[in-house]
Amino acid sequence: MSVVAAIPQSAERAAPKNIGDRALRIVLKAAALAIVLLVLAMAFEMVRTSVPSMRTFGWSFLVTSTWDPVAERFGAIPFVYGTLVSSFLALLIAVPLGLGAAIYLAELAPARIRPPIAFLVELVAAVPSVIYGLWGIFVLAPLLRTWVQPALGKTLGYLPLFQGPPYGVGMLAAGIILAIMVVPYITAVSREVLLAVPNTQREAALALGATRWETTRIAVLRYGRSGLVGAILLGLGRALGETMAVTMVIGNRPEVAISLFAPGYTMASVIANEFTEATSEIYLSALIEIGLLLFVLTIVVNALARLLVWSVGGPVKTVRE
Amino acid sequence: MTPGVRRRVNVLMSGLAAVAAGLVILPLLLIFGFLLWQGASAVNVDFFTHLPKPVGEVGGGMANAIVGSLILIALAAALGLPLGILGGVYLAESRDRHIPWLARFLADVLNGVPSIVIGIFAYTVMVLPMRRFSALAGAFALAVIMLPIVMRTSEELVRLVPASLREAALALGIPEWKVLLRVVLPAARAGIVTGAMVAIARVAGETAPLLFTAFGNRFWHQGLDQPIAALPLQIFAYAIAPYDDWHRQAWAGALVLIGLVFVVSLAARMATSGRFTGVR
Amino acid sequence: MRRWLRAMVLVLTGCSWLVAPAPAYAQMLMNGAGATFPYPIYSKWFDEYTKVDPEVRFNYQSIGSGGGIKQVTSRTVDFGATDGPMTDEQLKQAPGELLHIPTVLGAVVATYNLPGAPKLKFTGDVLADIFLGKITKWNDAKITALNPGATLPDQPIVVVHRSDGSGTTYIWVDYLSKISPEWQQKVGKGTSVNWPVGLGGKGNEGVSGQVKGQPGALGYVELAYAVKNNLPVASIKNAGGKFVEPTIATTTAAAAGAAKSMPDDFRVSLTNAPGDDAYPVASFTWLLVYKDQPNETKGRALAKFLWWMSHDGQKYADDLLYAPLPGPVVKQIEGKIKQITYQGKPLMAGR
Repeated sequence: MSVVAAIPQSAERAAPKNIGDRALRIVLKAAALAIVLLVLAMAFEMVRTSVPSMRTFGWSFLVTSTWDPVAERFGAIPFVYGTLVSSFLALLIAVPLGLGAAIYLAELAPARIRPPIAFLVELVAAVPSVIYGLWGIFVLAPLLRTWVQPALGKTLGYLPLFQGPPYGVGMLAAGIILAIMVVPYITAVSREVLLAVPNTQREAALALGATRWETTRIAVLRYGRSGLVGAILLGLGRALGETMAVTMVIGNRPEVAISLFAPGYTMASVIANEFTEATSEIYLSALIEIGLLLFVLTIVVNALARLLVWSVGGPVKTVRE
Repeated sequence: MTPGVRRRVNVLMSGLAAVAAGLVILPLLLIFGFLLWQGASAVNVDFFTHLPKPVGEVGGGMANAIVGSLILIALAAALGLPLGILGGVYLAESRDRHIPWLARFLADVLNGVPSIVIGIFAYTVMVLPMRRFSALAGAFALAVIMLPIVMRTSEELVRLVPASLREAALALGIPEWKVLLRVVLPAARAGIVTGAMVAIARVAGETAPLLFTAFGNRFWHQGLDQPIAALPLQIFAYAIAPYDDWHRQAWAGALVLIGLVFVVSLAARMATSGRFTGVR
Repeated sequence: MRRWLRAMVLVLTGCSWLVAPAPAYAQMLMNGAGATFPYPIYSKWFDEYTKVDPEVRFNYQSIGSGGGIKQVTSRTVDFGATDGPMTDEQLKQAPGELLHIPTVLGAVVATYNLPGAPKLKFTGDVLADIFLGKITKWNDAKITALNPGATLPDQPIVVVHRSDGSGTTYIWVDYLSKISPEWQQKVGKGTSVNWPVGLGGKGNEGVSGQVKGQPGALGYVELAYAVKNNLPVASIKNAGGKFVEPTIATTTAAAAGAAKSMPDDFRVSLTNAPGDDAYPVASFTWLLVYKDQPNETKGRALAKFLWWMSHDGQKYADDLLYAPLPGPVVKQIEGKIKQITYQGKPLMAGR
């Protein structure tokens, strides 16, 4: 076990001599293997069900934008686009807010209000997504339709991002709702990561004359970087897979459109919307293939995120003291 | 940079951080406020003790859904928490070459799978062979959703326990497995519990994976291998109906759900608080 | 020590939920799944029926018509429910013969959001053209021709349809397919279709919410949603040439008109039904049961419920804004119920 991580070790460790260590090693490995098998089983199941669709449409599935259940012609582009854009928008809003809130709660807030606010933030994660969706229809969409979208249209309307009639529902609403849903994960986990950074790090920076913010930036954030990336990826995963709330406010139009005001459609939404009614084999298979695509997309996005962090600051795995 | 500039940057960033925290809380308050405004009137004794009634009749409640949700959460936690925490510890501690990388990667991918797809998987794996919907199938689906959150958080928090702590214990001659269980895990405990609570909060509100597994039940369940009611399912059924009375009950249900998670979180915190709340 | 004590207490409290016996029931639980549209009246019926037969409990969950068809085919539930009749291929996939038993009627209405909430008239052609995207403005000549008294603004029509697969959609596009050859050819009918224009709202609730909030919107929802949300509903021209408002009476009239030519298996489309009073976008909703039941007690309970439903149950329909079955159809249903068997023996003999 790599309990003594700071001391350079040979790559392999000798087999432990006592029962306790061996037993623990086996149990831990078994747990990890169980999880690996679970995910592989799920992937296998999805591939198996997608085979009819893959056979019928082949690669054209990835480049067609029609979605016609009656004529049984299916293509995935609008959904891929919608998922990517809505998730990206959500992270754009949620990461600064979430990290900022986490920093506030971990470093800057008066001690007494920290626990209740932290607790509240965790509770947001419990709100059922259908409630978010309904709140989105009754509160957020009208707000966007009446105030925000017209204002954006007037001031930034020369950008293709903010053109088109203000429906209220659409990509912007979806991005905002997703951001709200994702922020508690980022905040809660980031806060824990920041709190786990040893005080010696902070004290060292302060002793050198750093301000509070500089301490946070130099000593705390950098030290906890790996954990923070983990928190963000957690949020990203949620954004990619969120179904109910998004489908209620995104307008559900399988079309690729540049404007944030336009309606869109995500992969998770189309599966949720049409799965229960998909009774023909090819229809079902096409929907599951979309699920498989989402799987692949998550892999790609995760890999890219890791590469990004790697290139910016070195491997994220070492624990320093 | 001059000290003056640095001081001002400090104030600015502190202010921004506070604003961020405020903005994070804002939608929460808005949604809470919305739920309270719409549903508080429907939260009464009947709500907690009665079964659902058809539309138009007074005194309906969600008692079976409340109990059902508690049961599903408990079962899912029993399945998902140990596996997730052990998996996370493995990822943080192991020196194996291939499995850690693979497990971490797959856990991240699993995190992005829509809950409905996990529900479909649980349906194929549990409902079809058993030929019936059941609480067990629902708990299985929820446990799978919990896994990546618990794993990720546990891994990161265990990893952040300083090496000095471990080295000190090892230097005293304590075997590695004891160091893990008695020194490292307690030090990471607060963070792991947070991860667990976030995971529980998430699955408490999930509807889609339960549609095809736990199925829902208008009445009390008759065994864990039978359909069982759950708050999110009942909320969903009421929220999409055309009747105001049912809408109010849906909002009330959401309030109760949040309250439920609140209580569970509080209990977990109390049970695990102690001398070690992180190395600070 | 105190910590462990606290943890133990919590664990025990937790386990007590699991172990606490659900109130011991001698009753049999029957599970059913399917359409969302009739959920309110089914829940009313199943609740009332516990007073009629305290030995049985019916647990119905609305997961959608397609879900109902799939689950009853896989035999994970005892009965299914659907707004759209099963196709021949779907019936072939079932392990036994499935019967369609109509329960109530519903109407799908066109609802809109215009200043002053004028009462509008539409024909099927105009509606099809709107949903095809050929008519884009409220003051289009075709619409004003039908509504000379109303002030129609020079605004684009924001079409709202369903994003999720649904029986409501099926009924709507079934009607449009009958009226408009262009719709039939370009879009066709199904529980989900490739909508040429418009926003998708999730569920009837999503559509009515969207229409309510969006000036200039036009969508289709079940009658109950329009009424409960105080949305204006349009009159539509029926096969008899009259403009008919969607009411309970006109919906039942649609079934009465079709009763004479009702097929034996009840799989009929009631859209554009003949008759002067018939509302043209109406439909049955059905329960799906196996003709040969796998379990005798359950089968008998099911048959008895179906009998009660088609007679006494009908009186609950009006209040919940569903149209009751017309007399001749009830008679035909009786005959069908008598055909339900267990291992060849009819379960409702001698009634």
